[in-house]
Amino acid sequence: MSLIVRRIGPACTIQDQGRAGFLDQGLSRSGAADLRALYEGAALLRQKPDLAALEMAGMGGEFEATAPLRIALTGAPMQASIDGSPVAWNASHALAKGQRLSIGAVLRGGYGYLHLGGGIATEPFLGSRSAHLAARVGRAVAVGDTLANGPDKGETGMKIAAEDRFGGGTLRVVASFQTALFDGETLARFEATEFRRGPRANRMGMQLDSDGPGFAAKGQLNILSEVISPGDIQMTGTGNPFILLPECQTTGGYPRIATVLPCDLPRAAQTPPGGAMRFRFVPLDEAVTLHAAWLKDLARLSSRVEPLVRDPHDIPDLLSYQLISGVVSAND
Amino acid sequence: MTRADPFPLIRTVGLDGVLVTFADTMTEPSNRAALAFRGALHEAGWEGVVESSTSLASAYLRFDPLRLSHAEVQARLAALLAERDWYAAPLPSGRKLWRVPTVYGTDLAPQLEDAAAAAGLDVDEAVRRLAQSRVRVLTIGFAPGQPYLGPLAPEFDIPRLQQLTPMVPEGALVCAIRQLIVFAGPTPTGWRHIGQTAFRCFRPGMEWTFALNPGDEMVFEPIERAELDHIRVHNEDGTGGATVEEIEA
Repeated sequence: MSLIVRRIGPACTIQDQGRAGFLDQGLSRSGAADLRALYEGAALLRQKPDLAALEMAGMGGEFEATAPLRIALTGAPMQASIDGSPVAWNASHALAKGQRLSIGAVLRGGYGYLHLGGGIATEPFLGSRSAHLAARVGRAVAVGDTLANGPDKGETGMKIAAEDRFGGGTLRVVASFQTALFDGETLARFEATEFRRGPRANRMGMQLDSDGPGFAAKGQLNILSEVISPGDIQMTGTGNPFILLPECQTTGGYPRIATVLPCDLPRAAQTPPGGAMRFRFVPLDEAVTLHAAWLKDLARLSSRVEPLVRDPHDIPDLLSYQLISGVVSAND
Repeated sequence: MTRADPFPLIRTVGLDGVLVTFADTMTEPSNRAALAFRGALHEAGWEGVVESSTSLASAYLRFDPLRLSHAEVQARLAALLAERDWYAAPLPSGRKLWRVPTVYGTDLAPQLEDAAAAAGLDVDEAVRRLAQSRVRVLTIGFAPGQPYLGPLAPEFDIPRLQQLTPMVPEGALVCAIRQLIVFAGPTPTGWRHIGQTAFRCFRPGMEWTFALNPGDEMVFEPIERAELDHIRVHNEDGTGGATVEEIEA
């Protein structure tokens, strides 16, 4: 069972939760930019959250099923249809042999996810299926590729109430080892500033813009390269912040003012160009409590899955939907 | 070390990490301390630790803060630091010495003359000294498997170039600030391209994905261009003709 890629956006890669343990070799974890979306997909298909899915940055593609297949769609909402009939996002669906799934441009947010029942079953590299394009591990999915899935059985036609994290907002951060390189005035101004996501963004990091002066550290140019964590907010030479994402480098010489908590990284990564963001420092003990609550919430997502009733609100264009169905059934 | 010296310094890294820094500059003792301390962390095998690494003068530990609290980690690190003088500690065992055939200069590595001039040496003398330098993998980073090597003798404390060289190939040997790098892939750089090897640091799909480990040592032995051409034809294992031996502990 598999999907054949007939059309594909320019930045679609296979992602799971990434590969830990190679920091020492200069290889960062990679993994899905929106980890929550992986868990939502797993809950919808009632499978493990460590399976791989297709991450689609900005634009999806067209996929043809070679056999009956379960799929789920999560993350940034995108236009989606099966053989021309619109289908709901944040939901699971059945594809019959020969049916075509079309996924268009993102409607809000940045990264949409296509999950297959049984997960995408590529050969793991160092324990993970995640591409890491910055490190030349794997490659972008291309037209003609086949996305094979693992063993699978189960239901479809389910939906999940997804957390809306696709329009920016407040990101909670903790102080890190270089925060003290910034003086109190700069830190207060950083917390009081509304940033906008800049145009430069990929899976390595996203640039933030703001009005007013930049945020420089003391002695910024003489800092020894030190370890980087995903979520670090790095200040470049001009004092412009970048939030570092799953394909960040493992060490770097630009100072980092703070680190976004893992629970708020999906919101950070999904903020679209121009989206507004603010940062709020939380004490480390509170951050650990928030992290525990987040992991608990992810583990309980399956309790939020319910049948996808064909409520008119779930169907983007009711009239065209009925018209198309009618034509299809008449020809059958 | 004076009494006002804050090192070794323990600091938190984000939500789930801690950094032990042995100096604010890269020196032989600070790098040695970082490698030795990280080796001890690895041996301690604390439950809840996810991974550890070193940078030039620090050791880093990432852990699950729900299983191992920050307070507990910091207390254990402080106790471990107090056990000995880490700046004088022996390096971890299991390290290797690599001898890598290298073409110095020629059109393959066009910035050798420039680097020699910056070091105040003629080209022959620069090559003689570089070829005799046994350098340590100080840290690995920037690209997977890519080593930062040093320290070289003080005359090689040459600055990075203001203008980036648009692209040097995989296996390029470059020099700046008393350090060498063997590039893991084609990349732009501000370091001077002084030699060329066929050594692959990152070998996905092969038995050893990563050739080197922090603490390994390397020597770049001069060869003629024709020899490198020959090595390239028979380089299925990616070692580029390098030999390797265990360093006795």
